[in-house]
This record gives sequence, structure tokens and C-alpha cells, in this order.
Amino acid sequence: MGLRKIVDNLKPTFSKGGKLSFLASTFDAFETFLFVPNTTTSRGAHIRDCNDMKRTMIVVVVALIPAFLFGCYNTGLQVGLESWTAFFYGLVRILPMVAVSYIVGLGIEFAFAQARGHEVNEGFLVTGLLIPMVMPISTPLWMVALGTAFSVVFVKEVFGGTGMNVFNPAIVARAFVFFAFTPQMSGETVWYSTWKMMGAADATTGATALEQLATTGNMQWSPLEAFLGFIPGSFGETSTLCILIGAAILLFTGVASWRTMLSVFVGGYLMALLLKVCGLFDYPAYYHLITGGFAFGAVFMATDPVTSAQTDTGKYIVGFLIGVLAIMIRMVNPAYPEGMMLSILFMNALAPLIDYFVVEANIRRRKNRVKTVK
Amino acid sequence: MSSKSLKYLTGPLSSDNPVIVQILGICSALAVTVQLKPAIVMGLSVMVVTAFSNLVMSFLRNGVPSRIRIIVQLVVIATFVILVDQILKAFVYDVSKQLSVYVGLIITNCIVMGRVEAFALANKPWASFLDGIGNGAGYAMILIIVAFIRELLGSGSLFGFRIIPESWYIENGGFYSNCGLMLFPPMALIIVGCIIWVHRSRNKELQEK
Repeated sequence: MGLRKIVDNLKPTFSKGGKLSFLASTFDAFETFLFVPNTTTSRGAHIRDCNDMKRTMIVVVVALIPAFLFGCYNTGLQVGLESWTAFFYGLVRILPMVAVSYIVGLGIEFAFAQARGHEVNEGFLVTGLLIPMVMPISTPLWMVALGTAFSVVFVKEVFGGTGMNVFNPAIVARAFVFFAFTPQMSGETVWYSTWKMMGAADATTGATALEQLATTGNMQWSPLEAFLGFIPGSFGETSTLCILIGAAILLFTGVASWRTMLSVFVGGYLMALLLKVCGLFDYPAYYHLITGGFAFGAVFMATDPVTSAQTDTGKYIVGFLIGVLAIMIRMVNPAYPEGMMLSILFMNALAPLIDYFVVEANIRRRKNRVKTVK
Repeated sequence: MSSKSLKYLTGPLSSDNPVIVQILGICSALAVTVQLKPAIVMGLSVMVVTAFSNLVMSFLRNGVPSRIRIIVQLVVIATFVILVDQILKAFVYDVSKQLSVYVGLIITNCIVMGRVEAFALANKPWASFLDGIGNGAGYAMILIIVAFIRELLGSGSLFGFRIIPESWYIENGGFYSNCGLMLFPPMALIIVGCIIWVHRSRNKELQEK
């Protein structure tokens, strides 16, 4: 293979003693991106299956594609465009954000890897795509860059890089931008584009479905429209259908945990039912599952293997509480019409504690069993 | 001034800084650093209280039985804190309003108590006084750095004067926006963390193996 040869020819230059040996980890990153590495771990178990972290990440990226494509179309649709024009309008809007997020994030990761002399980890492949997808399309590029830089430095690198982070980096990027630039990130003006291009209407504004639900107690779209995603909102979060297609891919390949996903939906629905019985709102409870970032958070954020619980029971508990808290913040706290981001961050912080108690309970149960046998 | 007394003054500024090396006085560093002016006033107040409490306790160090020394220290420190509080109210009333309870809380500031306990009880008055000035200055320095960053990025001004032009803001058709997170205490903690990070990576002797 030609490519293999080129890589092999370049290798001595970057290896120890070569001219560019200080760039060794950068070279290594590109090599393992192209080819599965032929090295094995020196001790312990070697083989689980043929999947390594890079392939796992690629599966998540593939699962994000339906929501991404629909996001492009919906962005154009919301400014009054139709069919392919709408799609290309959205694509032109989102590509700079994706580029900024990848360049800033990977730039920092490479810099840290060089400085610390370890390999570049591949975790940012997914994070870099998730960050633009959870932002409103009108977010200025420098805010995207700042949010990405903040989350990569303070959430990942400070804790020791990929796999060591306590919080989900994509949500922290959004949370940072949300709290730092609140006027640009919430309210009625943000959800539509203000670009005059391809005949788009200038500066159309309006409240999202969630804000309408919170203020007027109903929304102007039918539940079917909300489910299919023809509503305003952050780029990737609007279409519950496309997110469910992504969920199917994740579950079929075994990358994400069905326990977390299911229990988020169950927790959210039960909490919505409870609040409905209490008389906090009149519309059907399932509206909460198809509006805002609920589905997106449940499928792509809550299931993050690093920040979610590790034990099976823990996954049920964490997922359930994410759903419950998200709906509670939405309905009970008037300052935040959307609660998914905050509830996931909160449960990220609690997940290790829940894991600890699950493991302790297991130990206690088995000890008791030993006693009764005696 | 001999080199030894100079060390009392300069040591706490860098390699023995009370905030970023000994991690003392963090709570007030987070609370009063939204703007530069209150931060400077707070830094000066702590400097004065530390220096004079050190001085007085150093004079008294041989006369105070060690079982009741904490009470005596508290009385001395509280006296100076009340003096400082009254002076602030008299001359810079608006800043004193902004600082609110945090001036009174200097009594519980770990730096003051720590220096009296660790230094003044074992050293001569002049050395203790210099040590108090040095530690107060080390504290004030960090406060000023943090407040500079927070006021510039959070409000776009310094000492209340506008630095970033109005026309840059998004509301006025520009591209810029203040970072609202800078006004919250968590961001001050992150800034202090960054200062510690930079400081440690520049001082080899502070790094653990």
C-alpha cells in the first residue's frame, strides 16, 4: 500500500534520534489515525475484540451524522429557505463552527501531548463534533473557540487527558458559553441566523418550543413537528427522530449503554407525569421528551462512557436521576427553560459516589450470603 | 536594610506566597476581586492588620502564657481590624460598602492568625513587622492580579474606567461581549488555579516529585 510506505519512510525522521523527534507524538497520532497500531500491551489481558478507542469514537461520529444532516436542513428551514438551498445554507453556517472547534481543541491537545511527551488521545474526535451541535447556530465563532479551549484545558488536560475527565467536555463547553455570554446564548433572539445569504430572511426571531411551553403553556408546533425536528433550537438537538436513529446505531454496535439511555427517558417521563399531576402544566407529559435537548442529552451525553457510572446498577440510577433533574429544573426553576445540561453535569459529579455505594452494597450482600451459608 | 530583613519582605511575594503556595486566605480572594479598587483596599487592610498584629504580639510574646495565647492574639487582631474598618468607613465609604462583611472577616483570615502564630511568637518585633508587611503584600499582589483579569474581562473596565470601547459590543453592532462568568466567584478560583499553575511550573523547588 502506497500510504503505508510513505508513513514508514517518514518514521525514522520522527523516531528517537531523528531530525523531528520532538514531534514524535504528533506523528504517532496521525499514524494510528490511518492504521491500527501493531504494538500490544506488555502485560495483562491483550485481546478483548478488534475494536480500539479510535474505532469506538468513529462509531459515535457516524451515529451523529443523521442529526447533523438534519440540523443543516433545519437551520435553513428556520430562516425561510427550502429543500437543497436550506441544506446548503445550514452546511455553510455550521462548517466554520466545526472547523473552529476541531482546530482549537486538537491544537491544545497536540500542544499538551508534546509538552508532556505522551500520545495524542482520540477523545476529541467526538467532542469536537458535539460542541458545535449543542450550540445555537448564531453563536459567534470566537465564543465557540473560547468554550472549546476552556473545556479542553480545564476539564480534560488538567485532570490528565482523555479518559480522566470528571465532566463531559462538550457540555462544559456549552455551560461555559451559556454562563459567560448569557445574553447571546438565551432569550428569544439567538435561535435564528442573522446572515443575509442565499435569500434568507433577515433576523427572524422567536421563542423555542421550550420557552413557549414555559411561558404560555403551549407551543405553536404540533408534537409530530417537534418529534421530526422542524422547530428552532440548538443545531443538532431538534430532531428526536434523527437522534433515535443515532441511538439505534450506538446500541446495535454496543458502544453506548442502553441502561443509561432508557432510564433517562423513564426518569424524565415519570417526573413530567408527576409534575403534571401536581398541576404545573396542562400539555401532555411526553412533550418534554421531544423538545429541547432532552433526547440529544440522553443519547449522546448521558451515555459518555468516561463520565457516566461504571456499574450497571449505577447506570440505572444515574440515568434516572438525570431525567428527573432535567424536568425538575425545566419546570420548577424559571431561570432555566432547559435543564438537560445542568442535570447531566450534576450527575457527572455524583456518578463516582453512586458507583462507590453500588460496589459497597454488593460486597455487603455477598458477605451476608457467606454468613448465612455457615 | 540587611539581606535577612529584605528576605522577610520578598520571600512571601514569590516562593513563600501565602495565597498561591500556602493556599491561605482563598475565601476573601474569591469574594472581593470583582473589581480592582476594592481588591487593592482589601489587600492594604490585610497588610496593615498583619503587620501591626505581628508587631504587638512580638512585643507581648514573652509575657503571654501559651495556654491563653490564642485569645490574646484574637483580641489584638480584632482591635486592628476594627480600627481599619472605622478608617475605611470614614475615608472611603463607598469601597467600605462594597467590601461589606469582608473587612470584619479579616479577623478570621488564616494569613493573619498564621503569621502571628508561626512567626511573631518566635521572632523579634522588627522582623515580625517586616514579615507582616511582606505577607500582606504577597496577598495583595495576588488579589490585584485576579481583580485585574476579572474586571477587564468581566466588565470591560479598570478602576471603573472603560477600557474596551462601547462600539465593540454586540449590542452596538460589534463582535465583543463581556465574559459574565468572570463576575462569579468560581472563575476567581480558576484564575487563582492558573496563577498557581504558572508559578509552580516556573519554580522547580516547589514541584513535588
